[in-house]
This record gives sequence, C-alpha cells and structure tokens, in this order.
Amino acid sequence: MTKDECRKLVIDIISDIAPDEDLTTVKPEVRLRDQLQLDSMDFLDIVMELRKRHGIEVPEADYTQLASLDSCADYLTPKFQAKA
Amino acid sequence: MAYDWLKGIEEHYDLVVIGSGLGGMTGANVLAKCGHKVLLLEHHYQLGGLATWFTRKGGHIFDISLHGFPIGMIKSIRKYWSQDIAASIVQLKGVRFINPQFQVDTTFDREDFTRQLVEKFKVPAETVERFFTDLRAMNFYDNNPETTGQMFERYFPGRADVQRLLMEPIAYANGSTMDDPAITFGIVFSNFMSKGVYTFQGGSDVLIKKMAVELKANGVEVRKHVVVEKVLTEERDGRKQVVGVVANGKTIRCDAVLSNANIKSTVLRLAGAENFSPEFVAQTKAVRVNSSSCQVYLGIKKGETLPHIGDLVFTSDEPVFSSEKLVDLHTTSRTFSMYYPDTRPGSDRYTVVVSINAKYEDWNSLTPEQYAVEKERLIEESIVSLERYIPGVRAKIDWREAATPRTIEYYTKHWAGTSFGTKFEGLKVSMDLPNQLPGLYHAGSVGIIMSGWLGTINYGVIVANQVDKFITARKRAATPATA
Repeated sequence: MTKDECRKLVIDIISDIAPDEDLTTVKPEVRLRDQLQLDSMDFLDIVMELRKRHGIEVPEADYTQLASLDSCADYLTPKFQAKA
Repeated sequence: MAYDWLKGIEEHYDLVVIGSGLGGMTGANVLAKCGHKVLLLEHHYQLGGLATWFTRKGGHIFDISLHGFPIGMIKSIRKYWSQDIAASIVQLKGVRFINPQFQVDTTFDREDFTRQLVEKFKVPAETVERFFTDLRAMNFYDNNPETTGQMFERYFPGRADVQRLLMEPIAYANGSTMDDPAITFGIVFSNFMSKGVYTFQGGSDVLIKKMAVELKANGVEVRKHVVVEKVLTEERDGRKQVVGVVANGKTIRCDAVLSNANIKSTVLRLAGAENFSPEFVAQTKAVRVNSSSCQVYLGIKKGETLPHIGDLVFTSDEPVFSSEKLVDLHTTSRTFSMYYPDTRPGSDRYTVVVSINAKYEDWNSLTPEQYAVEKERLIEESIVSLERYIPGVRAKIDWREAATPRTIEYYTKHWAGTSFGTKFEGLKVSMDLPNQLPGLYHAGSVGIIMSGWLGTINYGVIVANQVDKFITARKRAATPATA
C-alpha cells in the first residue's frame, strides 16, 4: 500500500458518504472541511467505513489525523501496511 | 396461553436494541448494515417511539411529533436510511408567531430572521450577524457554563421581545429553558436557521413503515409487544459485563445491548444499581428529567376545509415569555401544527395538533375525576384559541382528544412521562455507560442537544460507532488468525 493508494481509498469512502461533492479537485494538503461540505457526522462515517471495509480502527483521540487527504495517508498507510 | 411474540427468535444475537424510537431504529439499522446480527424489541404494538401516529374513526390520522426538523435530516436520512425516504422531506414555509408583543410571519431561517430582527425589531445588523456567527461556532467541548438567558442578555440586553422570538420555538422543540446551558439553544437554533423547517411528506405512518421495510431488508429481527425486563450481566475476568436480556420472561443472549429507553430507566431499572459503582448510581439519580408535553388532536370533518393560516403557529397570551409560565398547568401558550391535505398527498383531509408544554407532576397528582376535567379544559381552551384565527372552526371538528404527560408515560415508558428526555447532565451519564458496564450502550433523548428528530438519529449513529467497535473487536478475538 502506497500513500497514493491510501488517498484513493479515502476518496472512495468520501464519494459514498457525500455523493453530491466533486472530489476531482480536492487538494490533498488542504483540510477536507475547508473544501467540502463535511461535518462531524461525515468524519464519523469515514471512521466506520474504514473499520467495515478495511478492518482499520481509528481511536477517538486520533480523529484529527483525518483532517486532510495527506494527513489521512500519513496516518493510515502504516496501519494498512501493518495489516498486510 | 398468550401469543408468543418472541416465537422463532434465535438464542444469541450480536446486539439487542431496547426500544424503537428514532435513535434505537437508526442504531439497529446502521449496525445491521455493518454486518451484525441485531434484534430490535419494542413494547408497544407500533414502532417509532414518539415519532408516531394514531388513527381515529372518521378517517383521521394524527401525527404525534411530525412537524418541524432542520434540513440536516435530509442528509442523515439519506446516509443512515435511504435516498427514497430522504426524497420525501419538504420545507414548511409558514412559521407564525402571535403574542401580545409581536406578530411575525417567517420562513425561520437565518436570512429571514436577520431581516425581521433588523427591520421589525430594530436590532443593529452588526449585532444580528455577530449573534448568528458566534452561535454557529459554539462547541460542545468548550464546557461554557453560560446559560441561554445570560447569552441573550449579552447580545440583546433588556429585549424581552427579541428573546421571546428566539426562545419560544426552541422551548417547544426541545424543552430547554433560559436556565439551561447556552449550547442547548445554540446547536438546535443554528441547525434550524441553516435552511428553515422541514417535514416528512406522507406522514409519520409512511415514514415509520418505510423504515420498518428498510430494517427488514438489512436483516434486523424486529419484534413488537415485547417488554424487556432486565439486562443480564455476568462476571468475567473479574469484571461484570452484559451477556443478554430477559424479555417477556424469556432469556436472550447477546454481546451488547443498545438501550433506547430513558437513561435513568436504563441504569436504575433495566440494568439495576447492583451493576454499577455507588458514584455512578448517584450521578444517574441526580440527572434531571426534562419537562413534558400535552397535545390536543382536532379532526376536521370530511368535506370541510380550513384556510391556510401557517404550518406552525406559536401563540400565547402571556405578556412576556417565561420558561416557568410555558409549562404551567394553566398556560395560555400553545403551538398549532396545521396539517393540510398536502401533508399526505392524495388525501383531502385536515387535522390540527396543538402542543402545550407541561409538567408531569401537575398531571400525575390529579384524581381520575380531576384528570378528566383538566383534559376537557385543555381541549376546550385550544378550540377557543383556534377560533380566533379560524372563525367557525368549532363546527368543522368531529374528533377531539387530549394527551398528557401520563399518556406519554403509558405509551413510551419514559421516566416521569418526559417528552424531551433529560437535562444536560444526562448526556455525560449516557456516554459514560459502556465504561461502567462493558457491552451496555444508550442512545436516546439526552442532554437536550440529543433530543428532537435530528439529534436522536445522529446520536443513534454516534453510539452505533462505539457498539460496532466493541462487537467487531469481540468477533476478531473469537476468530483464530489465519495465515
């Protein structure tokens, strides 16, 4: 799993949670909240989908690590690699 | 022998959900979609909790609490239920206030409220802007001790009229008062102000039936007429944990329980004080339940019509707003929810549901004779009040009936018949529950901010995430790792 692949998986999840959003122009270094209409419930949905689809657990204390696509990749990629 | 409402159920479920309010149903649905085996138990013969309806002769359908939720419901229903159900949510544009201080017609959103506050109430535009912006930025984790009344005084000092315009509708929505933490007002008011007031077109009956179909499709086993008597615990590795429930006298094993009952009932009655530390029990006992409601249901004869006087009409004869007077047995404050034929497309019927905030103690202390008299008074006063806005309406009414906090207690088993859950401190107890007794979770109307349709649905999902984490970890621990 590379960081690029990890970003792609996160984008896949967001596209299901927020189908009306255009995700082709999302800047990976900018906070998702600042460029998409995502609220705290949507971030909770991301956490649940990571568990359901990929068996990855994000403890509550780490929710802030999901702020941007880049921070997601930095935080989640080692978790994916540890599973493989 | 009585019919066995639990006939054919399995011996073990991943999760048992107690109660089918919107929080319980949503939690059940989300967790079933996560792949867990879920059993949902409801004591009543109908699902929905307070999001429900009843029918009466003459072809009347009365909705208990349909009118008015924020636009956020569209997104939550789409994500946690279905696009089909979300597509039936429509805006209610006619919100009216009629009281001795002012008459206002509004769409109840930020844009229109700003216009009214500036033009009609002569509040500086800059103050209104600052109020809305600050409110949106309010955060649950800030732990701000300021009350709603104190906050109002900061922005609108001495303006009893402005404070009434802001507080009165929210008091009907979630039972909060001027003395509750400002966040209990701020979150709910901001949600409404975002885009106005919405409702479900088709009525509560259609909504709940669609949800029931969805639950079944996702594999939730739903049983009605089933009273959960006890949450069962066992000690494992030196710690008590949930192992099942006793319902209708039968033991059902499970790994987790999600209680959609009142938080005090969940801790003190269903689980029992013996399963908790004395501190936690004391904390739970100290949680104040919120006030409750009365409703008057008026059915309009087939063939008769009503003029459009608004969808939600907040009326009062009180000279100024007071949280105490609003729940007084003899209050003159009432909200008319007007149901025109377009509530249920294809129907030509009209109904009026009058909501009045109330205290359980006032109604519970009455003798049977007094109770009947007071209910009749409530109905009569509501009709007299409605006649001021619709002259001659009395002659068009062919069904009249009242519900009180005692009615709510009977049908929902809510602690002290509350219709608004608990005060703010209830949320802490609810969130802390699984730390106190592993496997026991609570989602329901707590802390005021988790009340109302949107609050309770979202809280159901927040707790479902915790339950999913717990059950998933259990399943992983039970499955030997494969190479």
